[in-house]
Amino acid sequence: MATSFSVERGTSGEFIILGLNGFLDAHTAPQFEKAIQQELEAGNVRLIADCGQLTYISSAGLGVFMSFIEDIRAAGGDLKICNLTPKVAQVFEILGFDSIFDMTPTVADAERSFANPVREV
Amino acid sequence: MGSVEQTFVLKVPSDTENLAMIREFVTGIGNRAGLPAPQVAQLELAVDEACANVIEHAYGPEVVKEVSVRATVDDMAIQIDVVDTGKGFDPASVSQSNLDQLVAERRSGGLGMKLINTLMDEVHYQVIPGEKNELRMIKRLKK
Repeated sequence: MATSFSVERGTSGEFIILGLNGFLDAHTAPQFEKAIQQELEAGNVRLIADCGQLTYISSAGLGVFMSFIEDIRAAGGDLKICNLTPKVAQVFEILGFDSIFDMTPTVADAERSFANPVREV
Repeated sequence: MGSVEQTFVLKVPSDTENLAMIREFVTGIGNRAGLPAPQVAQLELAVDEACANVIEHAYGPEVVKEVSVRATVDDMAIQIDVVDTGKGFDPASVSQSNLDQLVAERRSGGLGMKLINTLMDEVHYQVIPGEKNELRMIKRLKK
């Protein structure tokens, strides 16, 4: 019984939407890491993680967000997090991710939030 | 722990692909004990974090070592003991960095023990040199 996880890539105008599905844990975090790495290498830094289908996250998954955000912002972009289920949102909040990342209810809200100044860590 | 104690044990090889099985085991324990759903989710995450630490740090690349998860349940609490025979750690040496520091250092780790300590009512760690390491986590059923 391995953990099920996938990243579905989409675009909306100038934004890259990474739809996260399933369970993001220590086993699957490298898949998410690879997906973000590929976007950075392609010069895509306006990223939105759509977590509507993300049913579980552990610190290994949170660590992927944490390890890339500085480089993404240094390149003039941002990584927005949206559409969190209550269970997953609780984990982000416990660790204070809402102070570092823009977290919005919908993808459209995330797109609009790119107009806001980037947060300073 | 109080009376009418029941014990359940799951032993799996030290591969991250088994974290899903561990989570299912622990979720079953929480549900069976009558823990409310949000607290079952907390128990699930804390045990996942503990076992991921064992697999990735205590055992490293060895995927055939044993991770033991022992759940002891009574009418007062759920006690989970995660036992390994790998490299132990000094809890005092675990990073105390806050999130801002971890982000600035582009770190991907350092959050697991903080989560465990936040999610569980009691956390104890014991190293018996040459024998085993044991992380004991307790979730109280009545507060």
